[in-house]
Amino acid sequence: MLKTLQQILKTGIVTEAPPAPADELRVRKALESRIREVLGRALCIREVDAGSCNGCELEIHALGNPIYSIESLGIRFVASPRHADLLLVTGPVTRHMEVALRRTYDATPDPKLVVAVGDCGACGGIFGSGYASCGAVSNVIPVDVVVPGCPPSPTRILAGILAAISKPAP
Amino acid sequence: MTRATPPQAGAAISQLVIDPVEWRDLAQDIAAAGGRLLALWGTNRVGQCGTLHAVAIAPPHVLLISFPTADGTRHFPGVEDVFPSASRMQRAVFDLCGLRSTDHDTRPWLRHAAWPDDAFPLAANPMPSSPQSPIDDYAFVRVEGDGVHEIAVGPVHAGIIEPGHFRFSVVGEKVLRLEERLGYVHKGIEQRFTELPILDGHRLAARVSGDSGVAYAWSYCQALERMTGTAVPLRASWLRALALELERIANHLGDLGALGNDAGFAFGLAQFSRLKEHLLRATEQALGQRYLLDLVVPGGTRTDLAPAGAAGLDECMIQLTDEVTVLRGIYDEHTGLRDRFAGAGAVLHELAAWIGLVGLAGRASGQPLDLRVDAACAPYDELAVRRCTQQDGDVLARVTLRFDELVESVRIVRRILRAMPSGDCAIAVTVPEAGAVGVGLIEAWRGPVIVGLEAGPDGSILRCHPQDPSWHNWPALEHAVIGNIVPDFPLINKSFNLSYSGHDL
Repeated sequence: MLKTLQQILKTGIVTEAPPAPADELRVRKALESRIREVLGRALCIREVDAGSCNGCELEIHALGNPIYSIESLGIRFVASPRHADLLLVTGPVTRHMEVALRRTYDATPDPKLVVAVGDCGACGGIFGSGYASCGAVSNVIPVDVVVPGCPPSPTRILAGILAAISKPAP
Repeated sequence: MTRATPPQAGAAISQLVIDPVEWRDLAQDIAAAGGRLLALWGTNRVGQCGTLHAVAIAPPHVLLISFPTADGTRHFPGVEDVFPSASRMQRAVFDLCGLRSTDHDTRPWLRHAAWPDDAFPLAANPMPSSPQSPIDDYAFVRVEGDGVHEIAVGPVHAGIIEPGHFRFSVVGEKVLRLEERLGYVHKGIEQRFTELPILDGHRLAARVSGDSGVAYAWSYCQALERMTGTAVPLRASWLRALALELERIANHLGDLGALGNDAGFAFGLAQFSRLKEHLLRATEQALGQRYLLDLVVPGGTRTDLAPAGAAGLDECMIQLTDEVTVLRGIYDEHTGLRDRFAGAGAVLHELAAWIGLVGLAGRASGQPLDLRVDAACAPYDELAVRRCTQQDGDVLARVTLRFDELVESVRIVRRILRAMPSGDCAIAVTVPEAGAVGVGLIEAWRGPVIVGLEAGPDGSILRCHPQDPSWHNWPALEHAVIGNIVPDFPLINKSFNLSYSGHDL
């Protein structure tokens, strides 16, 4: 126990300042301010892997580490779409996940936001679309923000999430 | 002058073409010698009989075995009684190629509803233009009796993990049976390979399972370089090993934190995820990417290591050593953690040997196979990797093994940084002749990653089959949870940390 406390004290606070919202990643017109007020700065995210190679998941995981510390921004990951305000979806959407993704979207209460993460979520990436892949997330459910990258860095993903819930810069 | 690795570097691969009736005898001989079936795939082309290909290892021998299907049929002898993990691989061969094993379990495995049961994405006949089939009804095995009920989990899980379905049969909190159903992230990777130039396939290979991108890209390139007789510069192979060990360390750090968290010790996640972030940043500084998915290319590596980057990595390794030592002491002394880890999800030695458990989970259950030692390619033949094993096969053994391997990988990284030969980091690769065949074998952090590659005409890919170690270890998870309580499943599952994407292809 003593060692644990010593390690906590020695580590100190390592959290860095969050990035500015990446307005350029918005693909749908600016959200109505009422939605931003409802969702505000206490955002619940349900992550859905709809077919990714798991690379994007590694970087989404990193958002929880003490350096990005997404929870200190009032944003947390929840275990059910019924508790979520925002779906963070990685792709490409496989045909075998198409129904599960639609159902997850339907189970998320309105108003809701969708952020597609990674080149595959953006456009199908290197996997493209075919007999087993529907390609981009937007081919299956409506998408508000797209964060390309393979995988995108945690900073970019966070900037995309913040863009989804922030007022666009004038 | 640049030193180069010989074209046939690594364990010599013996190629065997046999009759289908010989397959079962050969499989039994391999198993009797303590060997492992590492990969199995099929080809089914117009005007040819179907052909099965298998990669097996009985150290120090590596075998590439090929045999046609029986005359006039699309059937081949099943070997699930010899190699239990073959069962799902055989079912996948049917789903994708239309070649059927003689074993009894003929349920679809990778095919759900994306294509009908009489269409085969990799077979001679083209897929129907509208592949959607409405029915997705999978015959789970039912457990019946007083008080038995089922818990269905997935495919969308509660955490940030990949999708899959788990069907538990339980009494109270105790698990009587777990049946996995995978295939949700089947993206059609093997068909996609055939649309790419063979000199470009490494990019897709690196994304078969993103957490093992270096291993897959290297395994693919190794197969390509074997078939073209390419002598990779020695410096390039050292850079590849550096990347592979950094990948191993990053994944072990992530898992050690997550395992602490799953046992209710959030401190562990905070500390290890912080160390992992430092490592990823040092990796990006040194080699250009946090995850080195694009580093390994045919003929070598895409970038070289600058002296400043090397110094940064070495400093990171020193810091890691100090911090991990402290954290390991805390994990070791934490009675709550040990209570959750010890005895949970045990796969004992005999069961592990029978199932054919490989890689990290295998070594935690006394199965020594490590391709870095048993089929060492350059530079592992010079690095003298210390093989780590544990005997108890429980969560604690898999945690301890991760600590041991992390320490060893840090040693290897520091050795590489000190002793890396000079020279070029890449050489041009010629396009292989049509029909050339190559195999790659790399020990990823999770276990052996195998790539079977066959060249088509004009620099195309006729067939590429990547095999993830998870194929062998997913069946073991079903055994590991029997008799444990449901709330321990996430912990046990995490201690294996198997790939869905690498398995579902």
